[in-house]
Amino acid sequence: MRVPILRLGRVLLTSLPADLTDQQVMDLQIDALALIQAGKADGLVIDITAADVVDSYMARILSETAKMVTIMGGVAVLAGMQPAVALTLVEMGRGMIDMETAFDLEGGVAKVARLVASRGGRHDEVPIA
Amino acid sequence: MTKSRSPDRSASEPAVGTETHAVVEIRVQNDILLARQASRKAAAALGFGTVDQTRLATIVSELTRNALTYAGGGACRVLTRLTAQERCIVIEVEDQGPGIADVTGALARGYSTGGGVGLGLAAVHKLMDDMTIETRPGRTLVRTGMTRRR
Repeated sequence: MRVPILRLGRVLLTSLPADLTDQQVMDLQIDALALIQAGKADGLVIDITAADVVDSYMARILSETAKMVTIMGGVAVLAGMQPAVALTLVEMGRGMIDMETAFDLEGGVAKVARLVASRGGRHDEVPIA
Repeated sequence: MTKSRSPDRSASEPAVGTETHAVVEIRVQNDILLARQASRKAAAALGFGTVDQTRLATIVSELTRNALTYAGGGACRVLTRLTAQERCIVIEVEDQGPGIADVTGALARGYSTGGGVGLGLAAVHKLMDDMTIETRPGRTLVRTGMTRRR
């Protein structure tokens, strides 16, 4: 089963279930990139509140997804990481997660909106004087 | 040829009093999740805290994925030992794959390679108290343990 991606305004929202196969993580990456490319959204918030394991594979796919979204012109934010998961990732080594983060979904949405606005929006509009 | 490496305290053979808590055959991706759940359950039953449960579930994920990716599958055993002084969980992941050509390299490479076998094994080494690797073409056994005082 694919992880559902919701759209709220110009932001895509997705919440990862507690247990996720490698294929589901990969499908999520493809689905999110397709939606952003199609002009449906400028950014993506991935909520991992429910995830009790983020291993090196998942960390790599999430970080790569964020990089892909960024070089396409968008913003991706990881939200809601559990303390035990953060601790484990730090112990595993430097740079396991290389992307924007937020405490929770609300903070993630706000961060996407702010980062997109700071660049002048999707089409880099010139501000009206 | 058998290569073995024990960076810290050696976990050579399972000690007396070791119980097999669960055995999960690794054949498809979903089996990684089952092995993860089994290890977390065993850790919780032994009174390990949330952080240790997370460490264990994470290394089980790394090791079983390696077995699936590089050997097409294998088996994951969750062993527990309870003594008057200590609680111990040992994870054994065995496969019949081609073996690890360069164990020291696989452990040393770390995250900088951006993936591959080194990343997972290096993570296991960091999260657990001890680890031994026996590998040759046709059989690889990774045994790693976590010990806490009672």
